[in-house]
Amino acid sequence: MAEFTLPANSKVGTGTTYKAPAGAKRVKSFKIYRWSPDDGQNPHLDTYEIDLDQCGPMVLDALIKIKNEVDTTLTFRRSCREGICGSCSMNIDGTNTLACLKSIDECKGDVKIYPLPHMPVIKDLVPDLTQIYAQYHSVKPWLETDTTPPPDSERSQSVAEREKLDGLWECILCFCCTTSCPSYWWSGERYLGPAVLLQAYRWIADSRDEKTGERLDALEDPFRLYRCHTIMNCTKTCPKGLNPAKAIAEIKKLMVERR
Amino acid sequence: MERMRTPYGRVAGLGSAKEGVQHWWMQRLTAVALIPLSLWFAISVAGVGGSYEAVHAWLRVPGPSILMILFLGSALYHAMLGVQVVLEDYVHCEKAKIASLVSLKLVTVLLAVAGIYAVLRVGFGG
Ligand code: SF4
Ligand code: SF4
Ligand code: FES
Repeated sequence: MAEFTLPANSKVGTGTTYKAPAGAKRVKSFKIYRWSPDDGQNPHLDTYEIDLDQCGPMVLDALIKIKNEVDTTLTFRRSCREGICGSCSMNIDGTNTLACLKSIDECKGDVKIYPLPHMPVIKDLVPDLTQIYAQYHSVKPWLETDTTPPPDSERSQSVAEREKLDGLWECILCFCCTTSCPSYWWSGERYLGPAVLLQAYRWIADSRDEKTGERLDALEDPFRLYRCHTIMNCTKTCPKGLNPAKAIAEIKKLMVERR
Repeated sequence: MERMRTPYGRVAGLGSAKEGVQHWWMQRLTAVALIPLSLWFAISVAGVGGSYEAVHAWLRVPGPSILMILFLGSALYHAMLGVQVVLEDYVHCEKAKIASLVSLKLVTVLLAVAGIYAVLRVGFGG
């Protein structure tokens, strides 16, 4: 059965509070999920009080400040700090988003930070994405053709054909959408989830690709594709403003069209 | 055992079932059919009233008989498709899933046959 409560060893306790330095005027509390595979303890929330006058504007700035100046054991992924690498995805203030694009001011009250929901945790804010990457691999996210391109030129595409990829190529594979999808929570081992389906559609919609039929064949499955019940959490949460639910609906339309 | 498989092997699993379109399409089709049919059903039932004789007399006429059979068929089919999805979503024990899906289909057929039989009996003067 789907589980609606956390298992006993996942119940989140209260942890340490790290006080703001004396004299800080604009103090904000960051309550952050901590779990380490090494100490055999349940996860807990640590509270870090940060002086916003000494901190950059984004949630990621605060996390980096904490790691540099308060608690070096805090573990999270980040790289580009400008919403393009997709590595700093986490659950902030109740929604999945990118820490580098989420401004601290947007969070009312304490800033609560958890890893992406319903994923195995490696440590603190770092989820295990092995399964999602394998699912991404399984939709063959590369150009597939039977013919070879002309020897003296590239495969051409009209402006209109290229426009079909807008709203798809921008996806940074942060998996905010997939980990917000209840269908993925319950059936993630078989349902591909919105991010991977959006990527699958990105290649289905590409006029240069010659394996559209095979791609649709591979998706035509009660679990891989049809677990999507148009709940729309994915579209609501995507930090890049994309619409995976629409991409999924387009795939379903093509499935009917080719009958 | 399963843990020794590569993540890709696990995801590839048994391959795609090559079905799901029919289920999706019928769910939509029955939903569209149910819009006029349930309106008709609600209005008629309200108009006819609750007495046995009144319902009996109303259902004897070919129009209501035919619409009633269509309503029963689409409503039960639609409900079955919907409940099937819920079971597949939430029941993850393979044995319980198969048992509940099989019972669902049998119960739906039973209800449909019983309902249609009743309407026909009234329609043909039972
Ligand atoms: S629309 Fe589909 S993919 Fe998106 S959250 Fe809902 S069920 Fe998941
Ligand atoms: S669709 Fe949006 S939320 Fe989903 S992986 Fe791509 S960028 Fe992230
Ligand atoms: S650090 Fe690259 S997306 Fe946030």
